[in-house]
Amino acid sequence: MDPELINDCVHCGFCLPTCPTYVLWGEEMDSPRGRIHLMKQHVEGTPITPEMAGHFDACLGCMACVTACPSGVRYDRLIEQTRVAVERRHEREPQERAVRGIVFALFPYPRRLRLLRPTMWLAERMAPFLAKAHPSLGAMAALAPRVEHRQRLPRLVRARGGRRAVVGMLTGCVQGEFFPQVNAATARVLALEGCDVVIPPGQGCCGALSVHSGRDDQARRLARRTVRTFERAGVDTVVVNAAGCGSSMKEYGELLGREPGFRVVDLSEYLAELGPAAKRHPLPVTVAYHDACHLAHAQGVRAQPRELLRGIPGLEVREIPESAICCGSAGTYNMFQPQAARDLGDRKAAAVATTGAELLVSANPGCTMQIAAATRRAGSEIRVAHVAEVLDASLRGVRLSERSERPNKHGSVLTGPTEEGQ
Amino acid sequence: MLETLTAALRSLLPHDAVITDPVRLRTYECDGLTYHRATPGVVVLPDTAEQVARVVRVCNDFGVPFVARGSGTGLSGGALPREDGVLIVTSKMRRILEIDLANRRAVVEPGVTNLAITEAVRDRGHYYAPDPSSQQVCSIGGNVAENSGGAHCLKYGFTVNHVEACEIVTPDGDLVTLDRMDPGYDLLGAFIGSEGTLGIATKITVRLCRTPEAVTTVLAAFESIEQGGQAVSAIIGAGIVPAAIEMMDALAIEAAEAAVACAYPKGAGAVLIVELDGPSAEVERQFAQLEEICSDAFELRVAASAEERAAIWKGRKSAFAAVGRISPAYIVQDGVVPRTSLPGVLAAIDRLSEEHGIRVANVFHAGDGNLHPLVLFDDAEEGAGERAEVVSGAILDLCIENGGSITGEHGVGVDKSRYMPKMFSADDLDTMQLVRCAFDPRGLSNPGKVFPTPRLCGEVPGVRKGVHPLVESGKAEQF
Repeated sequence: MDPELINDCVHCGFCLPTCPTYVLWGEEMDSPRGRIHLMKQHVEGTPITPEMAGHFDACLGCMACVTACPSGVRYDRLIEQTRVAVERRHEREPQERAVRGIVFALFPYPRRLRLLRPTMWLAERMAPFLAKAHPSLGAMAALAPRVEHRQRLPRLVRARGGRRAVVGMLTGCVQGEFFPQVNAATARVLALEGCDVVIPPGQGCCGALSVHSGRDDQARRLARRTVRTFERAGVDTVVVNAAGCGSSMKEYGELLGREPGFRVVDLSEYLAELGPAAKRHPLPVTVAYHDACHLAHAQGVRAQPRELLRGIPGLEVREIPESAICCGSAGTYNMFQPQAARDLGDRKAAAVATTGAELLVSANPGCTMQIAAATRRAGSEIRVAHVAEVLDASLRGVRLSERSERPNKHGSVLTGPTEEGQ
Repeated sequence: MLETLTAALRSLLPHDAVITDPVRLRTYECDGLTYHRATPGVVVLPDTAEQVARVVRVCNDFGVPFVARGSGTGLSGGALPREDGVLIVTSKMRRILEIDLANRRAVVEPGVTNLAITEAVRDRGHYYAPDPSSQQVCSIGGNVAENSGGAHCLKYGFTVNHVEACEIVTPDGDLVTLDRMDPGYDLLGAFIGSEGTLGIATKITVRLCRTPEAVTTVLAAFESIEQGGQAVSAIIGAGIVPAAIEMMDALAIEAAEAAVACAYPKGAGAVLIVELDGPSAEVERQFAQLEEICSDAFELRVAASAEERAAIWKGRKSAFAAVGRISPAYIVQDGVVPRTSLPGVLAAIDRLSEEHGIRVANVFHAGDGNLHPLVLFDDAEEGAGERAEVVSGAILDLCIENGGSITGEHGVGVDKSRYMPKMFSADDLDTMQLVRCAFDPRGLSNPGKVFPTPRLCGEVPGVRKGVHPLVESGKAEQF
């Protein structure tokens, strides 16, 4: 924990109302200002007590406070450094250690996740039993999405129409295994907008989950591999469609001590920059757009996804009240802090319901899954989609409902653009 | 003592509403004014007015002092805890209980933020007028305690002008309601701005205002602060009462630019933010006058949309915290001078700044002469903090010399109690003490704030021996 960064905080409290845990509990220790105070105590010699660690663990890492801070405190850096200190210096309860062990041995590894796929249909029914063993296991099972058919992505997807650019694409770990349809849609949208999409095989986790949990050795290992993969692929731009991954990859320079040989952009950021070329078919639907924290707060990408959605004829974008407050998904948070995550999810679902929109769209599948689950708990139902899926449906002129509810029967990514490779 | 008190508190409140862990307690050691610190003996987080009353009664049983705190954003140390006492935090009491637009009122709990009230009624054409810069976080309970103002109090007045009634827990633990409409003494008026020394507000009835038909926000950039000051006097002199007139000097602009990229005109020695509101016809007429008055300005920017208005205000409202970008440490000062002495006082502040080698950024509510000089220093530099303190104190002396006040809206708290004797005579202070004692005879409610030396009721003040003249003349009674 860098004392200089800690001293940047002038204790004004502007962060308080934007902090999800302060919104829930109203306690100083669970606000950014309070957590920075705890960091200061630690730097000044107080050992990390279980209480202190608990307050750091309760932070979602949503970075809403970074947006709100007028003094420019780098809370993002501070909490990352703090989590590393907690991992190194704080002895967790054996049960907690075991659960964390499972998560970090599983999620960043696509192959291991793949082994889970056949059991996913069981997960929902197993949840109550697992919850008895440990609340986190129950939460993990309850969150398991109904996975779609696995779709192999080719190494290269050629641009449709004239080629305007060549980009790399991250397939990720959880995204690739549990939400293959989002990756497929991303590749199609990029290709239809005139990009050659390079998808190096053998990609894994970008390291975001580990960075956000203080496991810096694992984070650096995974980051280095990702950098190597894309540098070998020879692309100068890597497009990312998961907010958490994008924000971590943009900070590879700080994590690895050297800038990677490519630039990282979020899908919507990139498409907005590129400008629309392909024809948009109408999609008559009302959409509530949810700001994923790692997109809005960590990357400052708010206008672009809205702009892309508004560019679709017939589509109406509605704003969700309290949009800056996290939905509680926050990477691994909903597994490690199930109760707080649930309360925030319920809050967000209620806010989404006030929009009366038919479809919930965000740039992060974790968020939409979390909000959809909370909506079901409230006895209602809302369809969800990634920005890429909505654009994909509009560009190809297909109905969105077909796209997001039924898996692609063709077993191939591309029903439209040319395919090549595997 | 605190241990038995804590046990008693635990029996009254839910388990997690009583904090005793030392690491947690320390996070409450200060409010927005960080150079006064004290770790509270116990922190309680009550959820209801009844719980607050019970806590206060227990404090009375044990003779232990208590301090109330809302969001902890105060800038005079009004919520500085007592090591031997209980800190009562109202941040869990944040329900909006009632909105009654027909009577233009809302009833809220003390932990509700100032801005939350406006947000709850904005789409129905109303708002809550007082708007301290920290409005998105500061609590209404704290606003009542400090009688908070804000940029728009030039036209609309302070918190005291916008509170209709308060349910309070008196320092001896009774739950009573003070209502503006009650006949007799204006006890509500006495309570608002009493900085927690007369009790704790647990339910506040605020007045709601109708959103004005038209609002015009103008940003005028001047080459020098003198030109800006002259424009302020000319505006008021012309009979215009704008909703707000704010001024920022070059250094404050630099900070705001660094923090929120407010894009104020480049090269300005001072910017003036003037907001006109009211019926369209009136606003238009006033704007025409304003344009003429500000003919010295090298740029006059008019906000064309709500977004542009927000952008203009963003620079101003974030200015305090933004100074963190250009200086490692700083003191936010709050003083008042008569509007006409503004140019002279600003020049004197300039001289002080040069003399001591300490930079001062000026942000102020120019319309009512409420200065907020930001005294910048590097706390790593030997003696810089002390020099900053000297400059900061000298600015207050300037305010008093010019017939102003040591605080416009941040309160006296612990920070300025020592300046009270400079502004008030011993008789004045004793009279205030009598009021305080009428509410809090045991001196348990936020002791050590506002008054220079903590003094028990009935105790003879240092300089004077004998009976208070007011008591002697039969005008007041000493308890």
